[in-house]
Amino acid sequence: MSTVPRTPPSQWPLRLRRALGGRAGWRGLAFQLAFVAVLLWLGYEIVANARANLQAQRIASGFGFLNNTAGFDVSQSLIAYSGNDTYFRVFLVGLVNTLVVSAIGIFFATVIGFVVALGRLSPNWLLSRIAGGYVELVRNLPLLFQMLFWYLAVLSALPNPRQSISVFGWLFLSNRGLVIPRPVALGGFVAVSCAFLIAILGSLALRIYARRRLFRTGQALTIWPSIVAMLVGLPAAAILVFGLPFTLEIPELRGFNFAGGARLIPEFVALTLALATYTGAFIAENVRAGIQSVHRGQMEAGTSLGLSRGQVLRLIVIPQAMRVILPPLTNQYLNLTKNSALAVAIGYPDLFSVFAGTTLSQTGQAIEIIAMTMGVYLLISLVTSALMSFYGWRLGRSLGA
Amino acid sequence: MTRISLVVALACAAALSAQTASAQTLKTVTDRGMLSCGVSQGLPGFSSPDDKGNWTGLDVDVCRALAAAIFNDPTKVKFVPLSAKDRFTALQSGEIDVLSRNTTWTLSRDTSLGANFTGVTYYDGQGFLVKKSLKVNSALELNSASVCVQTGTSNEQNLADYFKGNNMKYEVIAFGTADETIKAYESGRCDVFTSDVSQLYAMRLKLANPADHGVLPEVISKEPLGPMVRHGDDQWFDIVKWVLFAMVGAEEQGVTQRNVDDMAKSDKPELKRMFGSDGNLGEQLGLTKDWVIRIIKAVGNYGESFDRNVGPSSKLGIARGLNQLWNKGGIQYAPPIR
Repeated sequence: MSTVPRTPPSQWPLRLRRALGGRAGWRGLAFQLAFVAVLLWLGYEIVANARANLQAQRIASGFGFLNNTAGFDVSQSLIAYSGNDTYFRVFLVGLVNTLVVSAIGIFFATVIGFVVALGRLSPNWLLSRIAGGYVELVRNLPLLFQMLFWYLAVLSALPNPRQSISVFGWLFLSNRGLVIPRPVALGGFVAVSCAFLIAILGSLALRIYARRRLFRTGQALTIWPSIVAMLVGLPAAAILVFGLPFTLEIPELRGFNFAGGARLIPEFVALTLALATYTGAFIAENVRAGIQSVHRGQMEAGTSLGLSRGQVLRLIVIPQAMRVILPPLTNQYLNLTKNSALAVAIGYPDLFSVFAGTTLSQTGQAIEIIAMTMGVYLLISLVTSALMSFYGWRLGRSLGA
Repeated sequence: MTRISLVVALACAAALSAQTASAQTLKTVTDRGMLSCGVSQGLPGFSSPDDKGNWTGLDVDVCRALAAAIFNDPTKVKFVPLSAKDRFTALQSGEIDVLSRNTTWTLSRDTSLGANFTGVTYYDGQGFLVKKSLKVNSALELNSASVCVQTGTSNEQNLADYFKGNNMKYEVIAFGTADETIKAYESGRCDVFTSDVSQLYAMRLKLANPADHGVLPEVISKEPLGPMVRHGDDQWFDIVKWVLFAMVGAEEQGVTQRNVDDMAKSDKPELKRMFGSDGNLGEQLGLTKDWVIRIIKAVGNYGESFDRNVGPSSKLGIARGLNQLWNKGGIQYAPPIR
């Protein structure tokens, strides 16, 4: 007589029940479904009721306005834009302007933050006091006030375009901004860009090779002379063969303003400056906290290995400090992006100014426009934190934590 | 972040109320004991607070006249300063009862904002303010200029139209408030400041040396400025409309703040109707019989208000021009009070 091993009953319905309904089982699931249904119904009612009421009050509603002609101009647009374009185009122009000022602001804020933090921790008495003074001064003054300071104080110190400060007749600095020659592509442009790209890829490959070799054999290769040779030599050779990649369009004064050339408008400079210095002060404190959280023994161990202070910081302390720095750093990046909405005070055409400002008052569709604007800021913030989380995950993995 | 709170208020009002109270403005105002009036953030001559916080100006007088007609007390007004961008949302959300804030009457504003214009307090047009040292004599010489403008105004679109129509290039820099705009102009960021001409004169007073700046002769648009009320409350619409007409009508009849008591005793049929000793015109509006007397005692007739706030006896010194009465060469005209 053979015994048949009893097969356990299938587990998956139980698991499903547990996952969906929790401890209460199927009844729990039913409650949850009912709750979601009520939420959806409430949401629908709110939207439908709002629509009906807006219609009853003869307030325009819906998103049809996005296809209407905007009819106003914008001082800075990185994508083609004229007054004949639609409100949706205005939305894109504002979005790009917000993204540009945020990205550049984040870059400089990070640089300022790290430099100031290292200065503050420096054994040099004067340097550390100056860095400390900077942090205390900048983070304790309102941001809007700093923006207006950079804008109005710096603007009024600059001359008008007719008396602009000129550098070799190429660069012109005036209260209309910084005008620089604009490169205009010529025949050799593609070839030279390719040569430059190849040089960059070659340098990266060389660096990876040198690192591998260092880890395998312990011998450090000096690679920078070959990298410089590649970055300069390859494009130079391409220019000799294919001709100049671009010519420069020199700006000249015509009427009230400069014609030709590219221009950095003062609103953009003032806004970036204010955002970067302000957020940089906060980042400096985050970085300082992070570095100080690394045990002193790490630094001493590095020094006893014969590494310089810079090497100890770069190779040992900062990688460990990053784990502490990263979460508040993300916060500061998000703050900077959101603070850029103050731009309207100094006339920079960001999303909040051209879309939630001008477009709103021209169309009067407050609910739709504010909802869209909030959605966009939310999206930018979520993407930023996702990127930072990804970086944190990689960092944690590489530290083996 | 007033705008956000206004939008939230509007969204909540729209989303949650089963039926938005529309035909109740007069009752709401009387129950509250106070008129809520949306004005500018400080535009001399039209609406600006003095050093004691008292609001004065042509737009302010409309609200004071309304308060006088309703409460017999021109001080029962709460003035809500609004930026150009926030003004319509404030009206839509019920934050204010009437918007009297140098607002240009256009078709799209009349139709898509859920609001109605009640009349024209000031016939204006858009112009340009430039430094005299630039030696510019006409707006047509402004090719390639940088222009400062306040965002959320009809001026932005007129500006684009004008430069495009004349094949001229320009750079526009738009600011949130009138003060920020004029500051940027003064700092040299722009060659030109554009706005309604009346506003150019008013803002010029805020410059360090007003005499160094001049208004160009071109007027590039029609800007009839007037008060606005919410759509759907006809009684309130009528009241705001006729309060302004009463001021204009009183000037036409020669009724002034000083002589109103004597004129009230007059036997002239028009005056008897206007002052309520004959008929019940005021009550038909939902006000009292002596509504016109109350208004004139509080703020004077239209001409008096104009002279006091923007006209020759004010700092602005603007000539009556189009705003003169119809029978004196202007286009201010009130339908008959009968």
